[in-house]
Amino acid sequence: MAERTFKLPDIGEGIAEAELADWLVKVGDVVQEDDLICEVTTDKATVEIPASASGRVIWLGGAPGETMAIGGDLIRIDVEGDVGDTPDTAAEPAKAAPPAPKPDPAPEPAAPAPSAAPRRAPRPAAAQNPLGATGATGRPLAAPSVRGRARAAGIDLRRVRGTGPAGRILHEDLEDFIAHGTPPMPGNGPGPRLATSEHPVTGVRRAISERMAEAKRHIPHFSIIEEVDVEALEELRTRLNARFGDTRGKLTLLPFVIRALSEAVLDHPEVNAHFDDEAGVVTRHEALHAGIATQTDQGLMVPVIRHAEAASLWDNATELRRLSDAARTRRAAPKELTGSTLTITSLGPLGAVATTPIINRPEVAIVGINKMSVRPVWNGTEFLPRRMMNLSCSFDHRVVDGWVAAEFVAKLKSLLEVPAMLFMEWRDD
Amino acid sequence: MTELKTTLLVIGGGPGGYVCAARAARLGVDTMLVEKDRLGGTCLNVGCIPSKALIHAADLFATAQRQAATGTCGISVAAPSLDFAATRQWMAEVTGTLRSGVTGMMEQRGVKTLQGLARFVDGKTVEVRGDTGVTTVRAEHVVIATGARPTDLPGLPTGGKVLDSTGALALSEVPKRLAVIGAGYIGLELGTAFAKLGAEVTLIEAASTLLPQYDRRLTRPVLKRLGALGITLMTDTRVTGWDEDTGTLSLDGADGSDTRAFDNVLVTVGRTANTDGLGLDELQLRMDGPFIRVDEECRTSMRGVYAIGDVTPGPMLAHRATAQAEVVADIVAGHPAAYDKTCIPAVCFTDPEVVSVGLLPDEATEPVETSDFSFRANGRALTLDDIEGFVRIVARQSDHVVLGVQATGPGVSELAAGFALAIEAGLRAEDVAATVHPHPSLSEAFQESALGLASFANHG
Repeated sequence: MAERTFKLPDIGEGIAEAELADWLVKVGDVVQEDDLICEVTTDKATVEIPASASGRVIWLGGAPGETMAIGGDLIRIDVEGDVGDTPDTAAEPAKAAPPAPKPDPAPEPAAPAPSAAPRRAPRPAAAQNPLGATGATGRPLAAPSVRGRARAAGIDLRRVRGTGPAGRILHEDLEDFIAHGTPPMPGNGPGPRLATSEHPVTGVRRAISERMAEAKRHIPHFSIIEEVDVEALEELRTRLNARFGDTRGKLTLLPFVIRALSEAVLDHPEVNAHFDDEAGVVTRHEALHAGIATQTDQGLMVPVIRHAEAASLWDNATELRRLSDAARTRRAAPKELTGSTLTITSLGPLGAVATTPIINRPEVAIVGINKMSVRPVWNGTEFLPRRMMNLSCSFDHRVVDGWVAAEFVAKLKSLLEVPAMLFMEWRDD
Repeated sequence: MTELKTTLLVIGGGPGGYVCAARAARLGVDTMLVEKDRLGGTCLNVGCIPSKALIHAADLFATAQRQAATGTCGISVAAPSLDFAATRQWMAEVTGTLRSGVTGMMEQRGVKTLQGLARFVDGKTVEVRGDTGVTTVRAEHVVIATGARPTDLPGLPTGGKVLDSTGALALSEVPKRLAVIGAGYIGLELGTAFAKLGAEVTLIEAASTLLPQYDRRLTRPVLKRLGALGITLMTDTRVTGWDEDTGTLSLDGADGSDTRAFDNVLVTVGRTANTDGLGLDELQLRMDGPFIRVDEECRTSMRGVYAIGDVTPGPMLAHRATAQAEVVADIVAGHPAAYDKTCIPAVCFTDPEVVSVGLLPDEATEPVETSDFSFRANGRALTLDDIEGFVRIVARQSDHVVLGVQATGPGVSELAAGFALAIEAGLRAEDVAATVHPHPSLSEAFQESALGLASFANHG
């Protein structure tokens, strides 16, 4: 038997620590080299760590939720022998000995083991003394520990139905009450909901929380909301999709916005920049690495379309799809989640009338796309139904002035309203 | 004048005060304790503890005398002798051990103790007058845990031959003729103990029976034992006069007036809450008769002022004070707590002991069933040569929830916790009946009594 300890590898982001999200193996499991053994989360992504050797897992270096240093001991594997052993010994450490067959021939149904007993189902209200078994003092009949828990949870036990002997309120009853409240009784009206649940902020969620707070703390945001007539753009998009949809894939609005941005930043390089506020340096980028705010199960992620300025509408659309799928399935590589120069946030059909997006630090601006809707537009003589869409853009007022921001938004608007302009490569004077 | 600041100031170092202070300190609250006399309060110094020590010594002596006279279980001894000074010394050692334990605990938990008399200046400020001068303590929370003292009988001022319970426990010798006025539990406990130690004891009670709060069935074994011990019980009898010089009590009873001479008179007619001398008038606290009114969290009518123990309405028992103390300490430390006890066990260390937990049969407001089981049918009681007494359960008729348990007999004080557990947890008689009790033990009488309600007793 040879034990080898494997360390948490550097997952390539220049980070010092990562959070252990979940173990995919347990002590006693036999793993083959390259089998995935755990998931770790950095502030960018979830990364699956493969086993570096085959053998039997004999020690795990942490519990899910723990933050581990890169290079810290992650797992210990017994790399010799045992692999491919007979199943019973191989599985033994992880499994409890199987229960011996019960010699007890009691004809009655086996009594449930206390720990494994299913929770007592709340009995129908009608079967019970209607709310209120009382003890010697007239208070609800409940053990002191039940009363104490109820007190701590702010629950009046007179509202809890007891299912114990003589209607005694049990811990299970309290748990049921906390989980479900009082079953509504006809004519009772709505009752207060008293339950709370705790959700540890870990992993991606913690990263989001920290980064959002950082952004709001450091950046004096201001937002500009502008209305864009997308009638012409939508017409173009429909035609392109009809013409090329089958061969090149469908275009959404986003590739057009990306296109508009890559044009607009030529005139307004202040907006496509990183501000290192500690060094006091703004780095303007000629390239447009477009961050795409993406909702995933774990929370907000921002995959990046690199050099969006150099790709066609369809290339960007394809890349967009690939990246958002990768982010949603937690397969995005760390480098696909970093390096954006300007971020776009779109809630699609949920996009609301206006939003106040938070800038993805160290960027200095963010472009929010609101929901498209048909609105009446006054053309000077009459109201016309037009497909309209708002842009809600936020800027870092430390380095972007209102005037510049307004010009940038105006440019976006003019590009999107006359989509031919998107492809003219024209510059403001 | 010294000025001190603290988060919590506890006035009184009895089983309410010291527990409150120690627990609060342990929960991280900056805590001070004022005690005018000795830590441990009445209970430890002049109450529960020394009286139980005296009772134990008296029982040993009485047993030895029985063994000398007739032998017990085949054991005979030569004439036993009593060195009461040594008994007193041993009692002092017991209380001393406990007191130093409390003192050590205060130090260990970081409770600062002040010696002196406390007086409220306002709801947040208390003046402590001690031997070393006056200290002003400003506290966010103040707990009044000043306890109670023996009640004087008009015309019978304590001093000289007239004793209160404290004086009786401090006697340097066993009085030859002792009158005990008041046949409540304190009078009975001390009267019985002194009778066993050789005093000729006369119990004088204004009511028609001893332990008048209990039913006669429960007190009958005590009454029987009093007779066996040669204690004279005069019920329906009032004290009309006292001559200190001749030691003569004038009595007015059912059989007319009488005078009797005694070496000492012990007055045990109740206890008075120590709410005076505290400057409570300044606070205008809401009172409940002679007691300080408190809510479920032991808060008085003034914000930040709490009261626990004998100064609050309820049975004057150390364990009630302790239970309230825990509640207040938790609340001051910011944890939710409430005094919501269903029952407070009451134990009379009479001979035999009498225990009552929860409701007596006639105290219940709903229809009840009772079931009792006699120690005569209990093997352990027979092996202890002590079969007088029984355990009785009072259960609600509709669902058999145990509302009260009473018992009298050998060692029932130690059974009381089980009774209280059943009531506090809201158990039914069936729960008690289905709980295996060890054999042979006195506790089986509890289970048998419950079986009597659930089905039928095994040995009934």
